[in-house]
This record gives sequence, C-alpha cells and structure tokens, in this order.
Amino acid sequence: MTKKNVLMKIKELKTNVAVIKDLELSFGKVFEETWDEPVGPTPFPSVTELREWDFKLLQKYKPFYLPYCDVCCLCTFGKCDLTGDKRGACGLNMAAQQSRIVLLACCIGASTHISHARHLVEHLIEKYGSNSPLDVGGLNIEAEAPVTRLVCGIRPKTLQDLEEVLDYCEEQVTTLLAATHTGQEGSNLDFESKVLHAGMVDQVGMEIADLAQISVYGFPKADPEAALTEIGFGVADISKPTILVIGHNVPSSIGIIDYITDKGLLGKVEVVGICCTAHDLTRYSSAAKIIGPISWQLRYIRSGLADLIVVDEQCIRADTLVEAQKIKAPVIASSPQNCLGLKNRTKSPPKEIISDLLEEKVPGVLILDPDKVGEVAVETVMAVAPKRNKFKIIPEIEEIIKAGEECTQCNECMRACPNNMPIPEAMKAAAKGDLNPLAEILESCVGCARCDSACPNDFPLHSFMVKAGEKQLWKEKFKMRVGRGAIQDIEIREVGGPLVLGEIPGVVALVGCANYPHGGKEVAEIAEEFAKRRFIVVTSGCAAMSIAMVKDEEGKTLYEKYPGGFEAGGILNVGSCVSNPHIAGAAIKIASIFAKRKLRANYEEIADYILNRVGAVGVAWGAMSQKAASIASGFWRLGVPVIVGPHGSKYRRMLLGRKDKDEDWYVYDARTGDKVYGGPAPEHLFTTAETKEEAMVMIAKFCMRPNDTTKGRAIKLTHYIDLHKRLYGVMPDDIHLFVRNKADVPITMKDEILKILEEKGWKERRIPDPTLLPRLIRKRGE
Amino acid sequence: MALKAEPWQTAEIAGPKKALLILKPEVVVAMVKRAKRPILVVGHQAAEDYSDDVKMIDYAIRMSKTAGIPVVATAHIATQFIKRDFQPAASMSAMDIGNRLQDPEWKGLDGKGPYDLALFMGLPYYMEFVILSALKHFSTNLKTISLDRFYNPHATWSFPNLSVEDWNESFEIILSKLGGN
Repeated sequence: MTKKNVLMKIKELKTNVAVIKDLELSFGKVFEETWDEPVGPTPFPSVTELREWDFKLLQKYKPFYLPYCDVCCLCTFGKCDLTGDKRGACGLNMAAQQSRIVLLACCIGASTHISHARHLVEHLIEKYGSNSPLDVGGLNIEAEAPVTRLVCGIRPKTLQDLEEVLDYCEEQVTTLLAATHTGQEGSNLDFESKVLHAGMVDQVGMEIADLAQISVYGFPKADPEAALTEIGFGVADISKPTILVIGHNVPSSIGIIDYITDKGLLGKVEVVGICCTAHDLTRYSSAAKIIGPISWQLRYIRSGLADLIVVDEQCIRADTLVEAQKIKAPVIASSPQNCLGLKNRTKSPPKEIISDLLEEKVPGVLILDPDKVGEVAVETVMAVAPKRNKFKIIPEIEEIIKAGEECTQCNECMRACPNNMPIPEAMKAAAKGDLNPLAEILESCVGCARCDSACPNDFPLHSFMVKAGEKQLWKEKFKMRVGRGAIQDIEIREVGGPLVLGEIPGVVALVGCANYPHGGKEVAEIAEEFAKRRFIVVTSGCAAMSIAMVKDEEGKTLYEKYPGGFEAGGILNVGSCVSNPHIAGAAIKIASIFAKRKLRANYEEIADYILNRVGAVGVAWGAMSQKAASIASGFWRLGVPVIVGPHGSKYRRMLLGRKDKDEDWYVYDARTGDKVYGGPAPEHLFTTAETKEEAMVMIAKFCMRPNDTTKGRAIKLTHYIDLHKRLYGVMPDDIHLFVRNKADVPITMKDEILKILEEKGWKERRIPDPTLLPRLIRKRGE
Repeated sequence: MALKAEPWQTAEIAGPKKALLILKPEVVVAMVKRAKRPILVVGHQAAEDYSDDVKMIDYAIRMSKTAGIPVVATAHIATQFIKRDFQPAASMSAMDIGNRLQDPEWKGLDGKGPYDLALFMGLPYYMEFVILSALKHFSTNLKTISLDRFYNPHATWSFPNLSVEDWNESFEIILSKLGGN
C-alpha cells in the first residue's frame, strides 16, 4: 500500500485515567515511507494546484476559438446569441463558452476512461482478488505507473491500490464538470486550465485501466517483439460460427475466449473484433482476430459475416441493434454504459437466455457478467450460425444499377458526407454498370452512413459501396503487432540521451480514431516517412490498425518491416486507447530515468522538462471523439504538442503560438537566470493540419526543442527543411528562428542557409538550459 | 443559378448572423475595390477541384495579379503556385493565418497594418466554416468573403451553392470587372 486511509479500532483501552471502549481513530492519508524518494510538491493535485503551470503554457500557446455556432443552448435562459462581443443571459461570452464546451468534451472523455478503469479494477478484484500484484514488465520496468507516480505521488503495487487513485480521478472529474454549470466559471483561461486538468486526470485513469489489465490478464509486458496478429476484413474463417465483438472494455470478450478454451472449442468458433476491444483481445489470446477500426462496423455487420454481436462500451454505433436485426444476428450488450434498451438478463440462467435468443423472442439481451456473456455468446452462436447461413443485406449489382437509374442527383448524400465524397457521380456511373467509383469512395469512407439517412429515396448507399468494393475487401488480410504495453527502462536509457540531445530527431505518436479525410492509408504513409527518417514512431488505437492496413510490393506491412522497440526507426504499437499513457510515460521516464529528475508528485518540473527537451509530438489524424480530446489535453499539459487532421478543426479550439512575436519565446536559462530567446519550439501546442503533407512538415518542425544540442538541431533542421522543400517546393521562411549558432546549420545546406540568415539579419544567440520555472534557476557558480 | 442560402454540408447550420448572399459577382468586385488591405487565402483543394482545365488556383492567381491582392497559400499548395510561376506572399497553415487575421494588432505580412478584407477559397468546407466563424466572432474591422462555390454561412459574404459552370461564369465576370481578362 502506498497512501491510504488508516482506521484504528480499539475494543477496550485501560489507562490510569480512564477506560475507553470501542474507540475508533481515523487518519486521513498516510504516504508510504518505504519509497525513499520524497513526496514532491503536488501529490493528488486539486483543480487549481497546477493552474500557474497552465497559465504559463496558455501565455505561449493562446487559445484560438473556432465556434461551431453562434449560440449557447445549455440552459433555459437560452438560446443566447453570443455573436461577436455579445454575452449570454448568464454573462458568459463566446470565448468562455467555447472553452466551456471543450471542457465538457474533455470531462466526457476523461470520465469514460475512468469509468472504464473502475469497471475493470472492480471486476478484476472480484475475480482475482484485491491483492493481485501489478506487473507491467517484470524486472524491465521499475516505474510501473509513471503517470500515477507523477500525478499522485504513490507507487501502486496491487489491484486494491488502484482504487484510491480512481477515487481521486472521479473526484476531480466531478469538480471539473461542476465548473461547467451555469453561473460557475466565467474565465476562458480558467476553463482552459481545467481542460488541462481533465486531460491529466484522464491520463491517470487510462494508465490504471491498462496497468490492471496487463497485470492480471497477462497481456504482453513491455515486449518489443509482441506477436503479430491478423487484421483485415478477410481474416475471419466465416465457415465457422462467428462472434463479432465491438468496443473498448475487454472482460466480456475475454469471457468468450475463456469459455471457448475451457470447452475445447478453439478452432470451432471464430472471434473477431473491431476497435480497442479487438486490440486488447489479441493482447490476451492468439485465437482472436481484428477486423479493423471503428469505421468498419457497418460494412462488416451488413455483410452478414457476424452470427452474433457482443458490444461493450465506447465508439459503438448506436444503431448496432437495428443493423444486427436486419441480418438476423442476436446482440449481447455487456456494459452499463451501453444497454441498448435490452432487458437485463444477468441473473437469468444461461440456457433460458440462449433459448430466448434462438427462438428470436428477443433481438438481444443485456448481460453484465463477463463470464456469463462468454457462455451465452458461444452457445448461442453455434446454434444460430446454421440458421442464419451468413444472411446479409448487401444488395446485388442489379439493384445498384437500378438505383443509379432512379437517382435524382439531388446531392443530399454528398452534402451529408463528412468528406464530401462524390456519391451522386458514382451513382451516375453505377447506372451505366460501372461500380468502380463507388468502390473508390469506400476506400475513403469513414463508415458513418449519413448518406443512407440523407437519401430521399432511402437507397442504402453505404451498402452499395460495400458491394462495389467487396472483392477488394475480401482480400484485406494484414499483419499487425499486438499492443506491447509499456516502454522498458533499458529502452529509455538507450534512447534518452540521443532524444534529449536531438540526435534521434523525435518521437511521433500516431494515435486516435479513424475519422480520416482520405482513408487510413495516410496514417501509414506518415508512419513510414518518419520511421525511415529514424524517428521513433509510437502508435495506439485505431491509428495502430490503420498503419497495419497497407502492404508494400512484397506484401509486407510496416509492422513486419520495422522493429517494435522504442528505438530510432521503430514502429511500436502500445495497444488500445487506454494504452496511451505508455507514450506519456515514456516521456516522463526520459526525465526521471535519463535525466534523474524527481518524479514523485513533481508534475510541473517534469512537464517543464518535457516541453523544453523531449522532442515528442502527437498526431491524431482521425481524431473524432471526446476521448481523443481529453487524451490530447493530457499531452498538452505535459508539454507535448498535438496535431489533428482537418476534421479536428471541429474541436472548436486550437492552442497556437505566434512565431512572429519574439517576446513569447523567452525561457529562463537555468544556469544563470537570464531570459533567453528559445525560439518557437514547439511552435504550437494544438493545431490542425489540412493535409498529410502539411502534417509531415509540422511533425518534423514540432520536434525541435530549446535544449537541442547543435548536432541535434542540425539533424532536426535537416528533416524539417528536406520535407518542406519536397512537399512545399520551397525553403521554409522561418529557418532563422531555429538556428541559434552556425553549428546548428545542416552541413549539406550550409551555403543556402547562411545566405538566408544574412538576408534575415540573423544574429548568433545562446543555447539555454531552458526552463519556464524560476524555482529551477541555479545561480551562477552554484 | 441556385439562390437558396443553405449551408452546403447539411448540418453546418449557422446563425443568427449569417453570410449575405453574393447574388451578383459585382458584389465581390465592389468589396475588393472598396477594401484598402485585402488578402486572399487559398487552401489545397484549389488545385484539386473541378475539371482539369479549370482549377480554382488559376482563378486565384489571376485575381491576385489583377487586383494586387497578396496570396497566403495554406497546407502544401505553395508548390502548385510555384509550378505556375506565381510566388504567394506567404505559406502558412490555415489555422495560423486565421489566428493572425483575428488579431487586431497584427500588422500583416508586410508589416503595413491589418487587413480589412479576407477572401477564402480551396479549404475543406468544414475547416473554412470554423475559421470563418472565428473571424466573425473575434476579429475587428475585418470582412470575409467565401469564394468557393458553396454557401459558407460564417463569412460576411458568400456565394450560394453553385454549379461549376455558374461558378466559373461568376469568376470570369469578377476578373473582367476587376480589370483583367
């Protein structure tokens, strides 16, 4: 135990002055004394404790608000028109309203992960006992929970230690959510500080979830050579009864695998998954396969391949039950967060539930016991599969041609499509028997099916695309390295120096959802570009899947071509959404293991270290969800910039630096206390890239840090300039802001750059020992 | 010409303050002529849209040359301008130019003072939507025009949803009345 409430009960105490019976003494929190590192300044920080750090960040990276609409409709005073400088009936202005909405999104995201973690921990304690040890990497990992250590100041050792961490997270999210009520917070910057707090707490919640499941389920433990698994539309052996699992919280899916194993049914029932449940199930068992990211839900269900669908929580289509009924596949809901209106049959005997499903008395059931889900799902699917005979609702070609002929070209489908895909043109071609344009659209389709809803003729346009692309879909079989979990301490030791000095040019974290502007292949292109350039490429969630779904001429995926270690040129899949803190944890461990900075409850100093020295950048190319928003905000507070794809502009707020304002980029030189120009490095904390080309240039640029050595800065500049010239056709116009002395100039571009520097009136400047924290200044000579 | 002021993407409904419709191309001409400091922001789709022989980027270049408007190329479209022997005044991200335009203290690309008219074309519809919204709410003394062929309601002025032919025709009129050919 690390930090706990102490309760002392004394039945009878006799002293010289009195006899006391039934005495109870309760102490608040007692910190573990076996950890020789002293408790840092901010254990279990409250909502306001890191506010000064937040304001330092927000001074450099000011919010740029992009309102979705002009009004607020959150209370009955409204709707209130907040256009321009107007204020609502409650007094709130547009800037505060936008930051309030961002905070709401981050609270939704954080609460989702924390609730997920709570469910996992409670379930695992119930099943395996509260004293189950935590182990994410054996002797290879000393700091088992770097984010929790950093934020809370404790070292969790068993499952029960995680409960108090979750108590803290839940309390924080409740407080943050309360701040969004009418008549509470009124300052946009304070809302923004709370956004950062929500993100930090979210990182803790996610870490707890993955820590628990890695430890107890025996997922790969910081394994650079975690197994390769199958992924793709065509990986399932659909001659077998097939269970499709969708969601993020894996116990019910594990219940299925366990039941199959216990009953000797391995190889007789196929289990395939979509989204993070699939990630985590393949970390648990090689018997499971992955279909793909969240966008694959409808195409897979409508193709009739699933004989039974099990949903848990998060990012699941709300119409899963409706779609499943169309293909006559029963549904089992298994999470309190997503009951789908189904009757709770948790306490019913399995045979009774199975009978009801087989006789189609009910389209689905809610079962909140993962083991019972396993039994009911497997027994039902074996009986229902022969009856279904892979019944599908994908139309025949003739039907599509006929629809093409009837299409009025009203454009409603295109206007409903998030990517403005030319569906009317494709329907025109379909009328002539050419389905190729529909198939091409499927490649960039995010799978939302808003086109279906929009069509006044009720044409199932998404199904038309699936039919058109069917042959290609069936060929989709790829290899993906399963989530390895944490980064080993030895890996950190080996790359810490080169990373902080800039010789490994950076860490690129490709994370997040699948709301891509042009399909998932762009994520793979970005990953390979930077792996080739010897950056460390880390990935998770849907992005990790998309990276797998591209092959080279030899038929190899990136996971087969690049190593899975935290090393230059590595491509590492850490796992599902809740594995993201391993990426943050790697940055934290660079500060603590490599640089020997104190970790325990020392958030501000570690974040300051990362912001100024660790060239890491997050890229969420298809960020869609509130969870993605809170994950990003956790990285911002830690000093890691995040780039989102064009749809990410709809998060309503960017955090942008202004490289044209020199005064914004001064840092303290910790050696002397002088304020020194550190350059716009990183230039932004949160921004949108319009195209993958722009994202690539931004990634290379955002990896620069004030602390880079001259050798490191020259390497980083080489990548930035090379990408800029290749993709933009010209030299960047801001090189002079990043060259501190002539040794920073890449040798191969020396003449060209020196000429530019001269034109810009550039002057040599000092490389600081950078910090934003005055308390870290060491006086000269000390 | 379709004249209904409906946002192109179905759910991107703005208001109460919505863009005025450009019912005649002459409106754009008048706005540009009246502006003391106009700027043209061109996104990457300007080189992709429409047919091979008609691209928005070509109109952007002609407009810039005709009316002397500096061009900001966003994303990687600078390379397309350079291929056409045209040097944009700046290449920066859409968010960066949006952020600067909403800052009343920004002195512009040339340091001569803030812009009073920003024309947009070629950004993804939804990105342009939110950037125009930012400028509607937070800029001072800046008018915006969406030159895309879709109604973008957060601009000060926007074309309605137009066919390619109507849009081309409008642009030719604008260019001719601005003094070009």
